[in-house]
Amino acid sequence: MKKVICYVNQFFGGIGGEDKADQEPYIVEGVVGPTMAINAALKDAEVTHTVVCGDNFMGSNTEEALSRIMGFLEDKEMDLFIAGPAFQAGRYGVACGNVCKAVKEKFGVPVLTSMYGENPGADMFKKDVIIFKGGTGAVKMRQDVKVLTNFANRLLAGEPNRGCAVEGYFERGCRHELFLEDIRENTAAYRGVQMLKKKMAGEPYQTELIIPEKDLVPIAAPVELKDAVIALVTTSGCVPVENPDRIQSASATRWGRYSIKDMDRLEAGVFKTIHAGYDPAAGNADPNVLVPLDAVRAYEKEGKFKRLHDYFYTTVGTGTTEAEATRMAEEMIPYLREDGVNAIILGST
Amino acid sequence: MVKALEKAGFNVVHMCNLIPVSMTVGANRIVPTISIPYPLGDPNTPKEEQWKLRYHRVGVALDAIATDVTEQTVFKVRI
Repeated sequence: MKKVICYVNQFFGGIGGEDKADQEPYIVEGVVGPTMAINAALKDAEVTHTVVCGDNFMGSNTEEALSRIMGFLEDKEMDLFIAGPAFQAGRYGVACGNVCKAVKEKFGVPVLTSMYGENPGADMFKKDVIIFKGGTGAVKMRQDVKVLTNFANRLLAGEPNRGCAVEGYFERGCRHELFLEDIRENTAAYRGVQMLKKKMAGEPYQTELIIPEKDLVPIAAPVELKDAVIALVTTSGCVPVENPDRIQSASATRWGRYSIKDMDRLEAGVFKTIHAGYDPAAGNADPNVLVPLDAVRAYEKEGKFKRLHDYFYTTVGTGTTEAEATRMAEEMIPYLREDGVNAIILGST
Repeated sequence: MVKALEKAGFNVVHMCNLIPVSMTVGANRIVPTISIPYPLGDPNTPKEEQWKLRYHRVGVALDAIATDVTEQTVFKVRI
C-alpha cells in the first residue's frame, strides 16, 4: 500500500474560516475534510497523514511554516504529496504551491495540487509543481479530486505521464522523452511533412514544440555611462585554456568567473572556447570575437564609462536548460553586487 | 540568464546573433552580432575590419545601457 500525505488550510481542515487563518501548522494521522475524498479515490494507496495550516500563518511566516511542516514529514514514509484543491482561494493556492515545492525539493517525492487558473499560485508555481486546472470553488471539489486522484493512481502505478494537455495540468514548460512504436508514421520526418502539408493547405495543425508564452521582466532603467560599472558575461564557453572549473561543453551546469584585471585583450593560447555547439576555430584564434574585452577596454580608457568589473563570467549555452541558466545567473549575482556592478553586456553564441 | 540578471536589477544588454530567440526569451536591450562562431569579428576579413566592427557594436551596446527603452528593443548597428 503506497502512502500519501495531504495538505489543507484551516478552512478545509475544519477548524474555521478567516478567524482561524493564523493557525500554526500541525499534522494529524489519517484524513481531514477533503482528504477523505482523496483517500476514497486512491487505489492501492492511502492518506496516512494530513497537514493543516492557516493561510495567514503560511502567508506571513512562510519560512517558519515550511520549516515546521518539513519537520513533521521528516520521519514519515511518503510516496506522494497532495495539497489542496485550492480553487480560487489565492492565499491557499500560494500556500499549496509553496508547500509542494518545498516537499519536492526536500524529499524528492512527486507532488500534486489543483487550483483555478486565475489563482495567483498557479502562475507562481506551475513551472515547479504539477498543478491541475481546477474549478473556482468547493462545488467543484468532487470533480477536481477525481482528476487529481486519477493521475495520482496512474503515477503510483508507474504508468507514463501523457503530458499536460491530456492529463489536465498547467503547462510546466518541460518536455518528456517518449519512445514511439517503430513504424513509418511515427518518424519525425513523416510527422513534420504531415504538419507542413496541413500548414500549406491552411488547415489547423499542432506543433510539437510549443513555445511557452513570453514571460518578460521589467525593463531596467538606463544607467548613465559615467556611473556604469560594467561586467562581461558570456555563454560562448570562453574559458582559460585549462578549463579549471571543468565547465561542460554542452548542457552546462557549471560556470566560472575569471580575472581580466590588467588585461587589455583576451589572448589566444591563454583563453579558448570549449563550446560544443559551434566551430571553435575563430574563437580560439582570437577570443575577443567571443568576449570583446579589447573593445570594452578601449572605451574604458577613453572614459566612455566608469569602469569594467575585474572578472568575466562564462558558461556554455548549448543544450543548457532555462532552469540551469537561471540558477547559474542567480549564483553570479552576489559577486556582481559586491563590486557595485550595475550594467552587464551578455554575449551569446 | 539575461532575464535572471535583469530581474535582479542589472541593466543587461544582450549581444547575440539569433535575435528572434533573444526576443522570445525576453531580453529587453538587444544588439545584434554577426554570427554564432564569431559574434564580433569575421576571421575571413582583415584584423583591422574585425576591430572596427567590434568597436562599433560594443559602442552601440554601451549606448544601449544609457538608453531609456519602453519595450524590447533591437539597437541598430551600422557595421
